[in-house]
Amino acid sequence: MLQRVLAWLDDRSGLITASRHALEHPVPPRTGWWYVFGSATLIAFILQVATGIALSTAYVPSSGQAYESLRFISEQALLGRFLRGMHYFGASAMVLLVGIHVSRTYWMAAYKFPRELNWLTGAVLLLLTLALAFTGQLLRWDQTAVWSVIVGAAQAGRMPIVGPEIARFILAGDTIGGATLSRFFAFHVFFIPAIVFAFIGLHLLLVLRHGISERTRDGNRVDPATYREHYASLLKREGVPFWPDAAWRDVVFGAAMVATIAVLALVVGPPELSRPPDPSILEAYPRPDWYFLWYFAVLALTPHHLETFIIVAGPLLFGAALLLPAFFNKGFRSVRQRPWAALLVVFMWTTIVSFWVAGERADWSPDFAAQPLPASVVRSTNTEVVEGARLFHAKGCEFCHAIDGHGGKRGPDLSDVRGRMAPDQIGTRITNGGPNMPAYARTLAPEQVRALVAFLSTRGP
Amino acid sequence: MRALAQAGEAVDQDYRTGQRARTAVIADTMAWSAGISYVGSNVVSLAFRAERGMEPAASPPVVTPRRRFLARLSLALSGLIGAVATVPVIGFLLSPLTRKAPRVWRPVGPVGDFAIGQTVNVVFEDASPLPWAGVTARTAAWLRRDDAEHFTAFTVHCTHLGCPVRWVADAQLFLCPCHGGVYYSDGTVSAGPPPKTLPQYPVRVRSGQVEIQTSPIPIV
Repeated sequence: MLQRVLAWLDDRSGLITASRHALEHPVPPRTGWWYVFGSATLIAFILQVATGIALSTAYVPSSGQAYESLRFISEQALLGRFLRGMHYFGASAMVLLVGIHVSRTYWMAAYKFPRELNWLTGAVLLLLTLALAFTGQLLRWDQTAVWSVIVGAAQAGRMPIVGPEIARFILAGDTIGGATLSRFFAFHVFFIPAIVFAFIGLHLLLVLRHGISERTRDGNRVDPATYREHYASLLKREGVPFWPDAAWRDVVFGAAMVATIAVLALVVGPPELSRPPDPSILEAYPRPDWYFLWYFAVLALTPHHLETFIIVAGPLLFGAALLLPAFFNKGFRSVRQRPWAALLVVFMWTTIVSFWVAGERADWSPDFAAQPLPASVVRSTNTEVVEGARLFHAKGCEFCHAIDGHGGKRGPDLSDVRGRMAPDQIGTRITNGGPNMPAYARTLAPEQVRALVAFLSTRGP
Repeated sequence: MRALAQAGEAVDQDYRTGQRARTAVIADTMAWSAGISYVGSNVVSLAFRAERGMEPAASPPVVTPRRRFLARLSLALSGLIGAVATVPVIGFLLSPLTRKAPRVWRPVGPVGDFAIGQTVNVVFEDASPLPWAGVTARTAAWLRRDDAEHFTAFTVHCTHLGCPVRWVADAQLFLCPCHGGVYYSDGTVSAGPPPKTLPQYPVRVRSGQVEIQTSPIPIV
């Protein structure tokens, strides 16, 4: 009976045969584990669609109420905390995997003839994934989200001529307000996913049309005149059906990824909500989710005169760089014959990880939580020295300068400043400031400067 | 491409000659339907199938005046449908650019509440908050009473990237938590990445009340 139903279904729709064609199409042999990241990204996306739909049934996309609905989802709704965690770690997985997938593709030059469009549609999907990550982070409509919108608008505002208009477009007005959130919601759940669906369809269609790239071999060149023939004969000679010979690795890796996401969602849980989205609460420490933390660090560490250039031209250059491989579609694929390509991939990842570590430490941020220096650090009973130590905290020096591990890291560590500067140099620096330090001549009385100098002159071996 | 087509033909051949048992079909069907992750590729395979099934005719149809007219008519009408569907949407999305919020004076407290020389955080409401804006309609400013009659109001937004600066009274500095921007008490930059002086809001005293004029978030 079931057989007859299926046979009827296939006759009328062609669905089963079509699926069989897709699943059993021959693929090159010995593709191995490097080929799993694209399908894993897709699985992560499907997970995002499922968990996102669930969350959207309870989330209220209103600037005034989203925060309360998030608290409801996280604290009261059955499985709400778990689903938020799944959506967060699913997003993290998607960003990470799409990054690995694009690196792998570039590393193995799988973008060369005839797969240039595979690369370009993939580049669009990479950018869309980042757009989803940014807008999704904002839907966690707490204090951090509000300030992230403002920071995003301020960055767009650096663009010449149209900058202020784009900033207004992002804020949906002059300021953060009732119109801001619902637009981000619409972009995150309707506009961008719709485009993502279309491009995934196109991307997969192209994968089927051209077949997945074979493993690279040293010395083999891609020649558009002969490549298709070469690929067809390879498949004829050694091709294996995609299902299950190659697909099992995709499924095993995908299942492991989903399990990891679920365990993280259960054990670690979603990011805590910070304070309510009230732009008048100024005790804020806005920072992006981990996947944009490296860019946050770039913005802190860029030389000031280059900053506008990097904010405006950086994303444009990145976009242009993504177009480039499509124009270099011939020649060697093996990374041994493309040392610059290998270097570029290593350079990109090293740069991102380095900035990410810097962003995690955020040494440039003043330490607003610095406490007065304890007596064990002051190590003196001299009244002037003790007064200097008190001023070191009270006047905000400690926000930026550390002594024996107490204080910020924005400025130089002053634990052994005596060895570097004479007392009069210290006094001059305090009153006149330095290249990246305020001048305190107007805020400190001469005896206060003397006390600070007396204290700092005790710092050292 | 040809190889794929050949592979497909081979499978079809298997079916026709009955070399594949029906049970294998079912097993395979179960296999793909079990993996929800392959829904996407199934949809694609449909398109793939369509591509194979609908090769354009060997010779294109003869272009008659009637066909040319019908083709142009269809294209024009399709364009019209597209325009009707997208132009108002784009206009709607861009509406924040054309909507100019009015500027209004908001009272932030009686003059007597502010000590001369002190800089404090004041909170007021945006110019025309939407009813569902909730707490997002609130805005803050740093207000200093310069003397008996004069006040200065600074924006809370760092000129670097808009983060909220904090006034540290003892150090007489505005500090930004994001990327470490520092401003003197008059708003001039003393350290860090901010490119410009901290902007000020218009402020006045009316009938004993200090009033601040609402302003857009400064984008520099």
